[in-house]
Amino acid sequence: MNPDAADGAPVVLSARRISKSFNGVQVLFSVNFELRAGEIHALMGENGAGKSTLVKILSGFEQPTSGEILLDGKSVKLPPNGQAEHLGIVIIHQEFNLAEHLTVTESLFLGREVTRFGVLDRKFMRAETRRVLDQLGSHVDENAMISSLSIADKQMVEIAKAISRDARIIFMDEPTAVLSREETNYLFRQVRKLRENGTSFVFVSHKLDEVMELTDRVTVLRDGQWVKTAPTSILDGESIAQLMVGRELSSLYPGKQEPSIDEEVTLAVAGLTTHYVQDASFEVRKGEILGFSGLIGSGRTELMEAVAGLRSRASGEVTVRGESVPAGDVHAANRVGIAYMTKDRKHKGLLLNSRMTANLTLQSLGKHGQYGYLSPKSEAESLERARRRFDIRVRDGRVVAGRMSGGNQQKLLLAKVMETEPDVIIIDEPTRGIDVGTKQQIYHFISALARDGKSIIVVSSEMPEIIGLCTRVAVMREGRIVGILEGEEISEQEIMRYSAGLKKKTAA
Amino acid sequence: MTASEDAVESKGRGRSWRDVDLRAVAPFAALALLLIVGALVNPNFIGITNLANVATRSAFIAIVAVGATFVISSGDLDLSVGSMVAFVASIMILFMNSGAIADPSLMLTAAIALTIVIGAGCGLLNGLITTVGKIEPFIATLGTMGIYRGLTTWLSQGGAITLREPELQTLYRPAYFGTLFGVPIPIVVIFAVTIVAAFVLYRTRYGRHVVAVGSNSDVARYSGIPVNRVRTIAFVIQGLCVAIAVLLYVPRLGSTSATTGILWELQAITAVVVGGTALKGGAGRVWGTICGAFILELVGNIMLLSNFISEYLIGAIQGAIIIIAMLVQRSLVRKS
Repeated sequence: MNPDAADGAPVVLSARRISKSFNGVQVLFSVNFELRAGEIHALMGENGAGKSTLVKILSGFEQPTSGEILLDGKSVKLPPNGQAEHLGIVIIHQEFNLAEHLTVTESLFLGREVTRFGVLDRKFMRAETRRVLDQLGSHVDENAMISSLSIADKQMVEIAKAISRDARIIFMDEPTAVLSREETNYLFRQVRKLRENGTSFVFVSHKLDEVMELTDRVTVLRDGQWVKTAPTSILDGESIAQLMVGRELSSLYPGKQEPSIDEEVTLAVAGLTTHYVQDASFEVRKGEILGFSGLIGSGRTELMEAVAGLRSRASGEVTVRGESVPAGDVHAANRVGIAYMTKDRKHKGLLLNSRMTANLTLQSLGKHGQYGYLSPKSEAESLERARRRFDIRVRDGRVVAGRMSGGNQQKLLLAKVMETEPDVIIIDEPTRGIDVGTKQQIYHFISALARDGKSIIVVSSEMPEIIGLCTRVAVMREGRIVGILEGEEISEQEIMRYSAGLKKKTAA
Repeated sequence: MTASEDAVESKGRGRSWRDVDLRAVAPFAALALLLIVGALVNPNFIGITNLANVATRSAFIAIVAVGATFVISSGDLDLSVGSMVAFVASIMILFMNSGAIADPSLMLTAAIALTIVIGAGCGLLNGLITTVGKIEPFIATLGTMGIYRGLTTWLSQGGAITLREPELQTLYRPAYFGTLFGVPIPIVVIFAVTIVAAFVLYRTRYGRHVVAVGSNSDVARYSGIPVNRVRTIAFVIQGLCVAIAVLLYVPRLGSTSATTGILWELQAITAVVVGGTALKGGAGRVWGTICGAFILELVGNIMLLSNFISEYLIGAIQGAIIIIAMLVQRSLVRKS
């Protein structure tokens, strides 16, 4: 299939007037969608717009309440639980579907193992896995255990799995959220190559620049309704953002405010060394937002977890206002005012089966009663305050966290961390997987906290975020801080030079 | 199955009903249903005397199961409770037989204190092996199950250990056979233990920590909760509950043997699961557990009073109950 012909290409999968309700709450309203052979189709919308639900319906994981799905022009009822794979419809989940105790090869051939005379043909399967991985330009070892891989490598394995299954239609839900720029490029190159062979992609992403770069057409959903489908070439980032939000977006980032140079130093880290991080030293002043940039796996999270007492440290000292913080003790770190907000809100941040209150107060239960007793009233008041302060929008205050949209979950997590009344807030990936409207809100929260005199560290793989928010930026590479940039130096090119190892300077 | 249908129907009634967690209601619906079935089978069943007897007999399992609710809610499992009952009871009787203290009431007080200490100690050992030793709770308590059972057999030399002092026997007997304001003491103890346990689990920091650790230990760790301490304390609470069960058990028969408490761990776990606590941790229901223990005892009682099923099949029926309970739970999860 020639990509130029995509315009007139046959429609492989289409949805007609799809509606879907959960427990009487309607989330999709008569949505139309069509996917042509050999096209990359972006599906965009704010959190809660219904993207994930539509993807689940189009891949058979959910059945529509009403409406019709056509595959190759014929009305079909897609089989549930991923059996649509046999029809060539593959979904790459936001949360990976990999068994941690299998090797890469075993994962790729799971459920369709190749046998010779009834015995597993491991040699063939290993070779085949290597071939697919090489084709993707991935360095992942085909014999490695899934559990030993980084998040980015797991993503690559998921994609390799889809490719090895001869998928015709691939759904990708936020595939690049955890990938570095380099890995993203690999992925895009591969996606384009597959498109030339006639494979169709549905690409769900919040990253406008990537959508502009990669996709052929864009469909925008808002509040469960279809808003527009148009060729990407006639749109620009600004217009897509407006379609999603339905209103003009004022500036995404609030103005920067640099604290005075002789402002008190709140957090000082000196010579911190862990298993991977080497000799990290930096300081954060009152009211400052310090950014941490670097490639995935450069040791940023490990360093921050060591600072927050979540990880033991081999040597080095952490002090808050001159008071030394003992190593490997989260509770002690909390007490002196350090709070760490994890980037993995679903597995390390929130109890998905618990209500908002239990999540909000989990880290600060001591505030809600004496001698271990908890006052329901005091907890309810905290929730009320947090909902107002962080604009957590849910219909029912008793909803469990797992049912909330990504943006609301992120706000709840921020609220939970703020309940400990910290002076130093370390925010790891503040806006991963959330929509542009919520992003803007979170940026304003962060900026407001800094104006209140909190010291903030923002760890992020999204460079615009680092550049838009931070007055100083530390760049890490292979476990070391290779440079701390200030003022004019803070630019995408300069950060890239440091994180790629082209430039280096000792800590300022 | 009818229990779940009842619950589903109630869901349709109004907005407020939707907020009710079906899994929390299901065990009580099942209990009500059993009472109706029992009354139909035999009119004597529904009498106060019979029901009080049933509740009294369920005391041991109910109290042990309250402890198991904590262990299971925190994501662990304790298989050693049956053996622990036998071991702790043997120590208690041996101590009372030793004649170390002459005055009977003083002796009894000391014996009770010792029982509680030994029970808590056995629980602590389970907890430390699991957390400090980092051994799967299933394996760790399988090991201590053998150890406590073996020690009991050794202490009793394969026979029985019997309380010899008649004076102590007379003094201690009312603890099981006596009544308080007309209510049998074991029933009073069940409710006292459950009220305290429910308060701890639902209204204290520790209870919240238990649920957090059980539903996701990573989230708990990142929230600054001392995960291993929380788990260990849950095992200690289990040990305390075993000790309280022993305090009721000893005056009943005044004797223990190597076969005391056999399979109690399975009955306790069944009661917990039937009561709606998730076996994988993260949701504890203390009142449900008590309800589960009553259900197990009621089923046995109905079988005794009716003539169409042999009472020798009790074990099989209880086994079937745990499977049905799991199926009902599963279907309720899917609907909600």
